[in-house]
Amino acid sequence: MRTVYLDNNATTAVDPAVLEAMLPYFTEQFGNASSMHAFGSAVGAAIKAARQQVQKLLGAEFDHEIVFTSGGTESDNMAILSALEASPERDEVITSAVEHPAILSTLAHLEKTRGIKVHVIPVDKKGMLDIAAYRAALSERVALVTFMWANNETGTLFPVVELAELAKEVGALFHTDAVQAVGKIAIDLKSTPIDMLSLSGHKLHGPKGIGALYVKRGVRFRSQQKGGQQERGRRAGTENTPGIVGLGKAAELAMLHMDDEATRVAALRDRLEKGILQRVPSCFVTGNPHERLPNTANIAFEYIEGEAILLMLNRAGIAASSGSACTSGSLEPSHVLRAMDIPYTAAHGATRFSFSRFNTDADVDHVIEVVPAIIDKLRAMSPFWAGANEKAKDFKPVYA
Amino acid sequence: MWDYTDKVKEYFFDPKNAGVLEEANAVGEVGAISCGDALKLMLAVDPETEVITAAKFQTFGCGSAIASSSALTEIIIGKTLEDALKISNQDIADFLGGLPPEKMHCSVMGYEALQAAVANYRGEEWQDDHEEGELVCKCFGVDAGMIERAVRANKLTTPEQVTFYTKAGGGCLTCFDKLEEVLASTNAAMVTEGLIMAEEAYRLGSVDPRQLKTKAKPGAAKPKTDIDQVMAKRPPTASAMPPASAVAAAPSLASTGRLTTVQKIRLIEEGLEEVRPFLKKDGGDCELIDVDGSNVYVKLSGACTGCQMASVTINGVQERLIAKLGMPLRIVPVS
Ligand SMILES: Cc1ncc(COP(=O)(O)O)c(C=O)c1O
Repeated sequence: MRTVYLDNNATTAVDPAVLEAMLPYFTEQFGNASSMHAFGSAVGAAIKAARQQVQKLLGAEFDHEIVFTSGGTESDNMAILSALEASPERDEVITSAVEHPAILSTLAHLEKTRGIKVHVIPVDKKGMLDIAAYRAALSERVALVTFMWANNETGTLFPVVELAELAKEVGALFHTDAVQAVGKIAIDLKSTPIDMLSLSGHKLHGPKGIGALYVKRGVRFRSQQKGGQQERGRRAGTENTPGIVGLGKAAELAMLHMDDEATRVAALRDRLEKGILQRVPSCFVTGNPHERLPNTANIAFEYIEGEAILLMLNRAGIAASSGSACTSGSLEPSHVLRAMDIPYTAAHGATRFSFSRFNTDADVDHVIEVVPAIIDKLRAMSPFWAGANEKAKDFKPVYA
Repeated sequence: MWDYTDKVKEYFFDPKNAGVLEEANAVGEVGAISCGDALKLMLAVDPETEVITAAKFQTFGCGSAIASSSALTEIIIGKTLEDALKISNQDIADFLGGLPPEKMHCSVMGYEALQAAVANYRGEEWQDDHEEGELVCKCFGVDAGMIERAVRANKLTTPEQVTFYTKAGGGCLTCFDKLEEVLASTNAAMVTEGLIMAEEAYRLGSVDPRQLKTKAKPGAAKPKTDIDQVMAKRPPTASAMPPASAVAAAPSLASTGRLTTVQKIRLIEEGLEEVRPFLKKDGGDCELIDVDGSNVYVKLSGACTGCQMASVTINGVQERLIAKLGMPLRIVPVS
């Protein structure tokens, strides 16, 4: 059976060139970069090269602005904890309602345990930030502003450079969770006031368990993980050399493919969206179609539930993902879609197709071919679907 | 990816009895689109023999919800209403070779739809007893509302008792902290309501979970019937929850424990006014849209709508209104 992987916002396939670059660091190049012998110095050089590759991808001014971590989650946690510790006279944080749990859960925890105040800025129906609410929340009590660059569910982009400029006006640090943006859109940090940025290897065809936090030169930073002097004392622990080398290679390849991502991949995504919208009634694209990652399509199919859609897609060889409650075991559909005020009738059926440079036209053809029948079949079973059942309008379950 | 049995997959991909049953004379509709599942069960019942001669379903929901609905129809066709009513949600899950713990609520939905359909056939009104809440015990699929009900109905005051009555905490015990919290807060409310003595109430941290020996087995017979009883029967609200604050607000009704709709709405409005300043401080607001039985429909706006914060907000508002009216209420956000 043909398999089509369209869940690249969840994770990506490791590029074969990345794997090849990593392999020696599991075998002959096993040294510890801190050691005073040849084994160590070769590894130290490889880590430096990887740091420069990431630096280039981010358009950072210095390579030492890159701190390697275990991934996006650690980078997000590190940025928040460091910022609060570095600004003890400020105890407020500003974030948005649609951040990843790596941000929201961390802040909720700090709110509960340390009494910091968290301003959660709402978004509109397209997922765009309420700038007026953001401006109103800004004050000299704010230690950190953290807004994601691109949303993982809808691909919607926040204007982080302008948001960072506003944060500067009150002297707050600005962090962005760019886990979904890095490698997909051009970034040039040296020309921005962004202080910190999180990225993750496995979202750009690198390995899992490796990521980085960019910390602009001169930004107050407090190390969170204590121990040795690795990463200039900012993140202790013997380096994950194979992971770092893999991330470096992945960053280099992402630069090479950036144009392809912006044009060919975006065209695939657009064709899939058009194809589905033309063939399937009562569905719509969520997020802001004009301010969006080139690879993400999030389509809400009304009156049916996302997990059921995914199971059917999976049987047809298609891997996608859903903001439905049932896939996560919670009762609520995705907080992102709810924050955008997508009605429950549609939020549960929201299905995300996320592309990568490894997708092809044939992939899109296959999806467009099988999706309409899947939606029809599930709607025929749905008590809310009026198209199949005249009486659906009267359907009033007891605790709806 | 959920670990579904082959039987679940079979009943999801090729569901039996999906669709509309035109000749239905008993219909049960349960669920909520906001929770992601809803089921319409349609039965044809022979009035002479009370045998279910045909059954069909329509389900909005995940794979296991559709499979559970289909399984239910297969189980009950040919049974008398009386026999059908003996079927528990566990029977539906067993028929499917088991369901992941997080998905047990799908079988509960089938069980409830059947109860509702039979009530509909008999001309009775079926009251669901869903108060919902956060899923506490993932091993056995027990939510905070179920624990609270069991604690109230049976005056439970220790974590072990909670495990015996609900199975929550009978597995991996990672939920102990949450279980303990629900128990302690329910007990505290019961003390204010005069249901138990302050000394009896459970104090947070007074039991060391390492000492607990209660280990329930999934599907173990004894707790199963207990939980079914707890779930099937709402505690008689009037006596179990003497409306402490409502006594003051509506003294003439205190003996029956019932408020008129107008009184209820007035108290709800008062309660919402009290919380609005807090919501506004965080850039949010809430507005009463409708009251229907124990459901209070409110519109949350501003910062309140971000989901993580919204559920906190809703729980907070709900607790306040429950305390104010002295009756179980459910806040339903509408947009
Ligand atoms: C926006 C965003 N932030 C953070 C993360 C977490 O990254 P990681 O999986 O590397 O911890 C993810 C990945 O799911 C993400 O999409």
